[in-house]
Amino acid sequence: MMISQFIIVGAALFSLGVYGVLTRRNAVLVLLSVELMLAAVNINFVAFDVYVNDQIAGGQIFSLFIIAVAAAEVGIGLAIVLLIFRNRHSANVDELDLMKL
Amino acid sequence: MLALLTNVNTLILATEEGGQAAEALSDGGTLASLAWLIPVVPMVAAFAIVFFGKRMPYKGWDIAIAVMGFEALYGTLLLLSHISSPIAKDFSVEIAKIGNMPIEWGWSVDGLSIMMYFVVGVVGFLVFVYAKGYMEGDVRFTWFFASFTLFAGGMLVLVSAPNFIQLIVGWELVGVASWLLIGHYWEEHENSSAAIKAFITNKVADVGLFVGAIMISMSVGSFRFSDVMHAIEGGAAEAPVLAQFAFWGGLALFIGAMGKSAQFPLHVWLPDAMAGPTPVSALMHAATMVTAGIYLIGRMFPLYAVEGFADEVRWVIIIVGALTLFLTGLIALVQDDIKKVLAYSTLSQLGYMMAAMGAGAYTAGLFHLFTHAFFKALLFLGAGSVIHSVHSNNMSDMGGLRKKMPQTFWTFVIGSAALAGIFPLAGFWSKDEILASFEYAGGHYTTAQGGAALGTAVLWIAIAGAFVTAFYMTRTVWLTFFGTYKGEAHPHESPKIMTYPLVGLAIGAAFFGLINMPGITEVFTDLVGGRAFAGFHDLEHHADGLNLVLAFVGTLAAGLGIYLGWRIWGPDRATQAERDTFRVNGLYPVLENKYYIDDFYMDGVIRPIRGPMARAVNWFNGHVLDFIVNGAGLLAKAVGRLVYWFDQRGLDAAINASGAATGAGGGALRLLQTGKVQQYAILIFAATVILVAGLVIWF
Repeated sequence: MMISQFIIVGAALFSLGVYGVLTRRNAVLVLLSVELMLAAVNINFVAFDVYVNDQIAGGQIFSLFIIAVAAAEVGIGLAIVLLIFRNRHSANVDELDLMKL
Repeated sequence: MLALLTNVNTLILATEEGGQAAEALSDGGTLASLAWLIPVVPMVAAFAIVFFGKRMPYKGWDIAIAVMGFEALYGTLLLLSHISSPIAKDFSVEIAKIGNMPIEWGWSVDGLSIMMYFVVGVVGFLVFVYAKGYMEGDVRFTWFFASFTLFAGGMLVLVSAPNFIQLIVGWELVGVASWLLIGHYWEEHENSSAAIKAFITNKVADVGLFVGAIMISMSVGSFRFSDVMHAIEGGAAEAPVLAQFAFWGGLALFIGAMGKSAQFPLHVWLPDAMAGPTPVSALMHAATMVTAGIYLIGRMFPLYAVEGFADEVRWVIIIVGALTLFLTGLIALVQDDIKKVLAYSTLSQLGYMMAAMGAGAYTAGLFHLFTHAFFKALLFLGAGSVIHSVHSNNMSDMGGLRKKMPQTFWTFVIGSAALAGIFPLAGFWSKDEILASFEYAGGHYTTAQGGAALGTAVLWIAIAGAFVTAFYMTRTVWLTFFGTYKGEAHPHESPKIMTYPLVGLAIGAAFFGLINMPGITEVFTDLVGGRAFAGFHDLEHHADGLNLVLAFVGTLAAGLGIYLGWRIWGPDRATQAERDTFRVNGLYPVLENKYYIDDFYMDGVIRPIRGPMARAVNWFNGHVLDFIVNGAGLLAKAVGRLVYWFDQRGLDAAINASGAATGAGGGALRLLQTGKVQQYAILIFAATVILVAGLVIWF
């Protein structure tokens, strides 16, 4: 089985996600890009799982975990974004510099 | 009894193997093995009084009297036990080693030491009772009893010593305690000078003790007395090294004894020691301190008695003793201070004891020590009682006290009569034995070397001494108790706490002579002869019966002294000048100035040494010590400067630099803290990429 095409797709998708996280200003889009990175990781997990012919299918099970955790994360993340938007009338990450001392 | 003892001694000689095996007439059982309490209890108590005395109901006297009561009781028990079955045993505990010679602490229980335990305990107890009354109201009451207990304890350490090292320790403890006590009233310069004089005179003699102890113990190879005695038992041929050193060693030990027992010409400290409180004088002159020298000679007696060892030193001893007994007795005639009369009398009696030792009469010398302890303590306490009531030491302020102080008077008369040697009081028996020993020495004592002439001469000197003794004691009694009162105070009898001890001692002074009547009762002879030395009884001469001629001559001399004294001082005269009319031109100034011995020591010895020494010390101080001190100061200053420079330039710079670096680092890093999430993310990604790239390149 060839694995390189899966790795290439994964890498491309991860790079897209990184690009999105670093460049998008809208917090929702940042979250969305994070989801892209997670998807890339999932692809790698599943691909390597099949590649090494894992008997207990650890990679596939792990990607299921990731999907579940990502769903929860998006739930909390969107809730935070919603609250920030309500308070500050903006979801622009540039303006959210309260972490500065 | 004597034969039995000799048999037992031979038996012991056979079983005794030197070293640890203690020789025993009988080992004395528990009573002897617990005798370590005798020296230890007073030493502990002395410190207890210092620390807790002031909190006690009687301010420390209660501790002291309990200790002395214990000593008296234990001494009496040991004495009784020794009389029923003679004890001779040394106990030793090793505490250190010099080379292969062990240094030991121990306690000796034999006839000689038991006699001393008894005397120190009983006389000490009575003196301590008396001291409560005498010292009442003293500013340093507690301290006095602490030093007094130390004094008695030091003496007990000394007499319990079974080896030279402990003997020296006890010897010096007694010296230190006497220094404390003589200088008790140190507010007056004269008293502290007297204390220093006593201490230094003793120190001079102590050099002799050290040299002697080193010579004897090194030539035997052991510090133990039992080993020395064992070496002597074998005779000079068996112990050639000891025999070689014995003369000089024995002479050096005798010089040590001359200091503590105040023999001519080292007697000068003792009359000045009167500066201490009267109970101190009483104990010092009776049971402790001055008896130490006699005790040392008694302890080492076989060394001086067995032919081939230090037997020739006895020539020196008998001559020194005879000189002391006569010359110091004469000085007592011209003293006005009642305590000084008694002090010179003590010197004279110590001369008797020493001369008896020199004549080879061990028992006679120690018997006189024993009886003298009682009547001299009695006389001193009586004198103290008088002083307490008239507030003066001078007999020119006394007189006519017979009616006012009857108990003091009667006990003082008993003591004086005992001292003068009146039948049948204690002094008669002991002095008679000494006279008999001189007579014997005249007949048998190294005749070939002119010993007969010496012995006879000493006998006549001793008889003349007896006359002088009676003479000055009569003078003292007359000037103090008869005639009219010449002082300013209102004399009264002393409190009971002071008169009861007088009565107790008077009983001793009256009756203790009876325990050793030659040929009739031999209790004391058996007591002090109970020594772990084979054939000890053959070493010394002891009269088998009373020599009636000598007893008559001695009593006649004493009677003549009393008669003359009564004729001269009996008629009461009004003024001091009239009293002093009895003066022998030429002799009086010599006696008044104590044969110029003190002046000789001051002008001939001390001043010539003191001046150059002071100058030398001054030079040393100005040149050497100051140089060292100044140098140290300059060095400290230089070091200080260096440290200051290092502090300012080195340390401060380092600290400031680290502060500045932290500030600058903070300022630089602060710029990274933008609060912008995406910048942080960029940094994280960049760092990850760099790390991964590094890893890839590395491998």
